[in-house]
Amino acid sequence: MTPAVVVVLVVVAAVVLVAVVVVVARRRRRSRADAGGGGAVGQLADRVIDRVAERDPGTAAEASPSLRDRLGKARAALAGSLASAFEKPSISEDSWTEVTEALIRADVGLSVSSEIVGAARARVAAGSDESAQAVAALQAELRERLSGFDRSLARRDDGRRPSVWLFVGVNGTGKTTTIGKLAKRESDRGALVVLAAGDTFRAAAADQLAMWAERSSAHIVRGAEGADPASVVFDAVESAAARRADLVLADTAGRFHTSQNLMSELQKVRRVAEKGSGVVTETLLVLDATTGQNGLAQARQFTEAVNVTGVVLTKLDGSAKGGIVVSVQTELGVPVKLVGVGEGVADLVPFDESEFVDALFA
Amino acid sequence: MFETLTDRFEAAFTKLRGRGRLSADDVDETLTEIRVALLEADVNLDVVTNLTARIRERAVGEELSRALNPAQQVVKIVLSELTTSLGGERLSLTYASKPPTVVLLAGLQGTGKTTNAAKLAQWFLRQGRSPLLVGADLQRPAAVEQLRTLGGRVGVPVFSHSRSPVKAASASLAEATRTGRDVVIVDTAGRLAIDAEMMDQVRRISKAVKPHYTFLVVDATVGQDAVSSARAFHDSLALDGVILTKLDGDARGGAALSVKEVVGRPIAFASVGEKLDDFEPFHPDRLASRILGMGDVETLIDKAESAFEADEAEQTATRLLEGTFTLDDFLSTMQQVLGMGNLRSLIGMMPGVPRELRSADIDEGRIGRITGMIHSMTPAERADPDIIDASRRQRIAAGSGCRPGDVKSLIDQFKQMRSMMKGLGGLGGKRSSAGSRARPAKQSGRSKQKAGAQRRGGGRTTPKGPKPVSKAPLALPGLEKGDWPGFN
Repeated sequence: MTPAVVVVLVVVAAVVLVAVVVVVARRRRRSRADAGGGGAVGQLADRVIDRVAERDPGTAAEASPSLRDRLGKARAALAGSLASAFEKPSISEDSWTEVTEALIRADVGLSVSSEIVGAARARVAAGSDESAQAVAALQAELRERLSGFDRSLARRDDGRRPSVWLFVGVNGTGKTTTIGKLAKRESDRGALVVLAAGDTFRAAAADQLAMWAERSSAHIVRGAEGADPASVVFDAVESAAARRADLVLADTAGRFHTSQNLMSELQKVRRVAEKGSGVVTETLLVLDATTGQNGLAQARQFTEAVNVTGVVLTKLDGSAKGGIVVSVQTELGVPVKLVGVGEGVADLVPFDESEFVDALFA
Repeated sequence: MFETLTDRFEAAFTKLRGRGRLSADDVDETLTEIRVALLEADVNLDVVTNLTARIRERAVGEELSRALNPAQQVVKIVLSELTTSLGGERLSLTYASKPPTVVLLAGLQGTGKTTNAAKLAQWFLRQGRSPLLVGADLQRPAAVEQLRTLGGRVGVPVFSHSRSPVKAASASLAEATRTGRDVVIVDTAGRLAIDAEMMDQVRRISKAVKPHYTFLVVDATVGQDAVSSARAFHDSLALDGVILTKLDGDARGGAALSVKEVVGRPIAFASVGEKLDDFEPFHPDRLASRILGMGDVETLIDKAESAFEADEAEQTATRLLEGTFTLDDFLSTMQQVLGMGNLRSLIGMMPGVPRELRSADIDEGRIGRITGMIHSMTPAERADPDIIDASRRQRIAAGSGCRPGDVKSLIDQFKQMRSMMKGLGGLGGKRSSAGSRARPAKQSGRSKQKAGAQRRGGGRTTPKGPKPVSKAPLALPGLEKGDWPGFN
């Protein structure tokens, strides 16, 4: 594109948009009904917030360092917010508001929270749930929604073509660390693992992965910084095939789902990973438990781009609850397969919906 | 998909027209929407409560201004309240009289401490300082390596100690004095706020270096938990400011509000991209509109309202949507747009504009050539560019000192835009996919129609009754939606 054309395009865009902005600002008469059911959600938000307003703000989320295990600590962090809902002998309007509030605080999100609470209420009203407490009814509802997913990590065990697990996600969620832990776990279980240092963007990402390779006695294939990640992954797959390795764990650079170019790059990595001798059996989205409502957008875009088969929920050992995966699972049908609960190698555990739901309300 | 607050408020306020002041009831109706918007933007529940209370107080009794409708007025109040909450006191860095000035970075894992240590180092370099980077993250494998690589890239030395993060930090001060560095930036390991041992370690690092500034590095994608971790870090380290990272995604960044409320210290810097240059002092107003999911449209509307005669703009826009927009309209609109200020900054305020366009190299001088080309056309040509054939192109090119190809591309672009806009105008209820690609229809009789439209200029241009205007007009039609972070 010549500069002149760019200028024309830009001016045209500017002209058009300013004109449209003016017109839209004057014409917007959108009816509330069009706003997409915001009403019920809005009322719920009101109730929740009115309740919060009654209490002294700031008492809700105090971390307590005294408990034994890390998850225990995290669970204790919000214990106060639901204590009263547990104590009540029967379900009142207040207890429904309280559980909604707990869901929101756990990053489940306003609309999904209200939907789930609505379903739980319906269960209780219909007598299909005997729970005398809002919390119990809600836990049952959540467990049901989260159950029924296949959470196993797929592998081809014909010993001929190495299986590739591709790790994707935005920056800083813990892709490299997750790969390191998995490499150790799979090696310990007797698999021959090759790591592909596909993050050629972040400084020293390959060094970080190399240290994990050393700890887990896995092989690592790395390229130069700035190299084409697809070629690094391809080389790793070929090297794995030559060694008759079982598994390739492919790291990728963190990227925002909003960056078209980087998402295309990722699609290329996935394609190229299957060009040679490998088969991509898992594409795992690494999501940070502290992530808020943006997590759903991340999951949606990554799933569209590279067909995510599972989520790894990291950093669940903090005070964050990772409630966004409820939406990810129910709305996108992508199950959480692994959970990171600490920095140690053993701190990567299979996802268990009952434990997760309990922790959500702890 | 989230829509902007203004959209949501409009309905609530339609019955309000003609009254002079916002009543408590009026405001309460909109507060619900404000709460929803804030919660969807990840603002902490407690913070939402405080904020909405303040907004209510400010909005009730507010006199309605003539220029804005009540919905816009409440949005303005909300925006200004958010801006005040996010901004307030600005952090102005002062340097220690006895160097080095020590800056400590802390935060959860994966928020971007190491990257932002390097970005900060570059920022200090540009302030004419000579920073030293200190790698005190011995937890994450190769974290110091990463810092060294980044340090090499910005040309700042990196100091570390292989065994103890506390020693690395304390020894760095002597190292800085010895090598004549006047700013020390200490990068620490990511840690969970509830990890007592690690929190104690960062406290010891802090004690050893006695930082002049302690920054918490916060990720814009963080949800409700932002409050508890920020509070824990603040309790341990007495923060001086916050660095907000990962604003290059489309997370709304409501966490910043939560953190600001808890910590009460300014958000000093914002990291808006992966490049080391993508680091800038924080703009509270930008984040405020982002949290509300509205780009900077309100500012844009303000600017547009001051630059355009409202009636004239509405007529122009109507012609645009009817497909009867002429090159004369184009010229006058363009000149008015230029009157609004720097073109690039205007484009930056528009939601839905793709990055390529936003970062396009805009040489405003070239706009003069476009003006020249249009001025070299006859009125008939301006009204109906379809009559411009090769020989007319030659003449126009000669008259404006361009090549015929330039004229052609201008006209092609113009026609394309006009047909896109026409498609948009017909959107209403049904969304025709042909709209953006449709070629202009047959031209016969077109100029007459146009003349009529122009003459009718003074008549009613806003359709009666509720006309559903799709969100689409706010995005640039024909270009990919969704790849402009933060404003969809």
